[in-house]
Amino acid sequence: MSTGCRKTRDRPECLREGNAMDLSSTTLLTLALLGYVAGSLAGLVFCRWERLANCLSFGGATLAAGCGTVACARLLATGGTVAPVQLQLLPTLVPYVQFTARLDSLSVFFGLIVSVLGFALSLYSLGYARGFFGHKNVGVLGAFFNLMLLATNLVFLSDNAFFFLIAWEIMALSAYCLVSFEHEKPETRSAGVFYFVMSHIGTGCLILGFLLLFQASGGYGFDGFHALGDKMSPGSRNAAFLLFLIGFGVKAGIVPLHTWLPEAHPVAPSNVSAFMSGVLIKTGIYGLARVFFDFLGTPPMWWGVTVLAIGTISAVLGVLYALMQHDLKRLLAYHSIENIGIILMGFGASLMFLNTGHPLLSTLALIAGLYHTLNHALFKGLLFLGAGAVLHATRTRDMEHLGGLAKRMPQTAFFFLIGAVAISALPPLNGFVSEWLTYQSLLQGFGTTESLLRLMFPIGGALLALTGALAAACFVKAFGITFLAQPRSEAAAQAHEASFTMLLGQAVLVAACVFLGLFPTLFLKLLDPLTQQLTGLQISSQLTLANGLVLAGTNPAGGTVSTLGIAVLGIALLAVPFALWLMLGRQTRVRIGPTWDCGLQGLTPRMEYTATGFSKPIRMIFKALFRPRREVQREYDFSPYFATNIRFEAHVEEIFETRIYRPLNRWVLWLSRRMRALQAGSIQAYLIYIFITLLLLLLFAL
Amino acid sequence: MNPDFTGIALQTALLLLLAPLITGCIRNWKARLQNRRGPRLWQPYFDLVKFLRKDMVISEHASWVFSAAPYVVFITALLTGLMVPLASTQAPLSLFGGVLAVVGLLALGRFFMALGGLDPASAFGGMGSSREMTIAALAEPALMLAIFTVAITAGSTDFSRIVTSAQQSGWDLLNPARLMAFAALFIVLLAETGRVPIDNPATHLELTMIHEAMLLEYSGRHLALMEWGASIKQLVLMAILVNVFLPVGLIADHSAAMLGLGLAVFIGKILLLSAAVALVETVNAKLRLFRVPDLLSAAFVLAAMALLSMFLFH
Repeated sequence: MSTGCRKTRDRPECLREGNAMDLSSTTLLTLALLGYVAGSLAGLVFCRWERLANCLSFGGATLAAGCGTVACARLLATGGTVAPVQLQLLPTLVPYVQFTARLDSLSVFFGLIVSVLGFALSLYSLGYARGFFGHKNVGVLGAFFNLMLLATNLVFLSDNAFFFLIAWEIMALSAYCLVSFEHEKPETRSAGVFYFVMSHIGTGCLILGFLLLFQASGGYGFDGFHALGDKMSPGSRNAAFLLFLIGFGVKAGIVPLHTWLPEAHPVAPSNVSAFMSGVLIKTGIYGLARVFFDFLGTPPMWWGVTVLAIGTISAVLGVLYALMQHDLKRLLAYHSIENIGIILMGFGASLMFLNTGHPLLSTLALIAGLYHTLNHALFKGLLFLGAGAVLHATRTRDMEHLGGLAKRMPQTAFFFLIGAVAISALPPLNGFVSEWLTYQSLLQGFGTTESLLRLMFPIGGALLALTGALAAACFVKAFGITFLAQPRSEAAAQAHEASFTMLLGQAVLVAACVFLGLFPTLFLKLLDPLTQQLTGLQISSQLTLANGLVLAGTNPAGGTVSTLGIAVLGIALLAVPFALWLMLGRQTRVRIGPTWDCGLQGLTPRMEYTATGFSKPIRMIFKALFRPRREVQREYDFSPYFATNIRFEAHVEEIFETRIYRPLNRWVLWLSRRMRALQAGSIQAYLIYIFITLLLLLLFAL
Repeated sequence: MNPDFTGIALQTALLLLLAPLITGCIRNWKARLQNRRGPRLWQPYFDLVKFLRKDMVISEHASWVFSAAPYVVFITALLTGLMVPLASTQAPLSLFGGVLAVVGLLALGRFFMALGGLDPASAFGGMGSSREMTIAALAEPALMLAIFTVAITAGSTDFSRIVTSAQQSGWDLLNPARLMAFAALFIVLLAETGRVPIDNPATHLELTMIHEAMLLEYSGRHLALMEWGASIKQLVLMAILVNVFLPVGLIADHSAAMLGLGLAVFIGKILLLSAAVALVETVNAKLRLFRVPDLLSAAFVLAAMALLSMFLFH
């Protein structure tokens, strides 16, 4: 890797030659990694020339991610990665610490996610970073962005627990630097620190978990960890499960470890938010998939039950809290918690089926989870980019000050609408497909066991339906309040369309969402080597009917769906309204008129429905959870009935923060204040401590 | 894959023609129960034709989403209608999707209808959208759980298979699990079609409307499509109820005589359910908005009990 660093200037040429020469996929992947290194260095070296730094660092990232996408797609498509290919990245300096990449299907699949999203985000950043020209250092932004992409790639590719943890930490630190990029604002600084602390609690758990695995296998290589759980004692195996669940769960943002996520994601620059919500939290999912399905062997029942329950709770609570937000990016961040929940529902069901000995269903549930992982990366990335374009154009994330943007930013509005339809799991887009697979696996799971636990599946399905419907409500709000109706502020009225590269980045993700929505069977073929590796089955042919136009849930009698068919027939049926109009209607005029205002003096934007108002019914219905309170202050001259000014504030309580984190925080601070008594600054006291410790140790030794 | 084009054409025609009649029947019977003469049974047809022939006024604040919404609502309603068996056990589009696709498509239509309500910048539209999405969110889990109960029994999410399996179960139709699931779905039907305890389709007091509030700014052929789409959606939900829980008279072969018979039985069953809806609308008063969640959670509990009792009896 070190050789690639010096070739900063001629890197693009070198890559272009590389493509022309039809290099093997592994070389292409190495080139991608080198590209990130080069982009990162270019950003730092040219940080005084912001335009050049912008072009080189984000341009480099675009090319590198493009290479990565091609390489990973080819590796998955050839299916030849069932046996892991190993790749020495750096020479081994210390025993145990090997910098080896591992190209097995699971790694490559997640590599594909980071590369596709990285490609779209880097394209977008070329235009987006221009907004920072003149007041922020774009070179540093580009450098850390590249570093984060590189580290995330390495997390997915590493073959060794040490290397994994190193990459994990680089990723966390570069993400911290990016979260704190706009460090002038106090909220950004505190969010950054909160993220930093939570991330390291997670890493601590991971280190302990890996130590348990090391104890059982005697090495740090992932090869040695394969199916290790069957050889471990049940106690340490369960401990490892819990440690990894917490460690990776913090990163993934499962409830109740999610509180850092809605703080940190919104304050970062939008391209970084998109990456964090789209990919970074997926490193947690990758870790869980790796540990559950590769390392820990056949799971006991309670693992699956725990994961399914956590998934369901995260999904429902995530979307409920999302509905209460009127900060566009914070709303999207809460939706990440919801979607992580949906992914974990698939994983949990899969673990339960593995336990009861139903590998086919287990594979189906796993595919549902993995499909949703990719889908979420795409549409969440897309939505964050849309939010970024809005922020770029209006300088606000507060939906109460937006509105009317569909007329001012038509392309962004259209792309955001596609993302909103996809994330609300509405047909025919990709969110629907992965949730359909989840429903299928849950429904078929009812027959797998005789115990009462089987009731979890339909109840989980019903709560998934609740989640989906609430998500739709939330995105009606997010899209409707932000993009429709009249602008609620001067900034929104003056908004302009985003630049070409920003639109291009969004368009890439829209195309991917539509493709994964309409052609699921084509994509499922790519997952075959993956399921072969994790559960030993390849079931894409069982999920495919009618030349790949129809998707079936393991057996055609269990239910089929064809999103392509729905889309095509839907377009064909458009003939019906037109035929009706031709037959029954007549040539009519269309007039543009004012909205009905009850005969008053015209509507003003202040009379429109607000985001807070939109979610009020939900807030009242779930008030046991939200504990809403409001403050109304009236200013009046002679009677409170004729108020001249009304100040209204509404709050909901974030129950995890007020009931768990703040008391815990207070307790830790209290404890540290007590500990301070030990460290009073007196040398004599310290000498006594040392003396007593020595005495105790001596006694202990005797 | 070879879609049955005649089936699609016939079922589309049936949906288009029958749906306004059901709306008309409920309206007329409700009026008679309230000692009024009421509009003619076929009044909705005249209304639709009239709307199609009228000029349109579109709000100056509205964007393209406002104009796209009626088409999405209408098409999604038609598509769901093609996935549900009406007179014959085999729905023409059952290969393209079952329960989950129907619920998804209805949600897509609702999504766009709610956006259409928000678009003209009127407070009424926003209120309607907000309430509609809230009520739908509460109705959806009950709907899914009730349908899961029958889908798990049939081992399929495909409506044609669910109906066939229900036909074979004979007297098992009266088992309490199915009755409770039916009750849950009936409440969901009232919520989804904007019927009285939840919404009032006849009201013109803006503060109490939900569905009508979203349509307030629509006129001309857009309004026609919205109204027609709403009646088709109502017909589809009613067809699910009658055919899944009372699969009598559904035909398997497609000779002309059998088709006529199946159609007659189907219309009879739907009219029976319409009468029930009219009766419920007459004897109940509209619930306060924040009482509606109680009703819908009752539906959810009924569906959960249906599931539990099915689990106990097997």
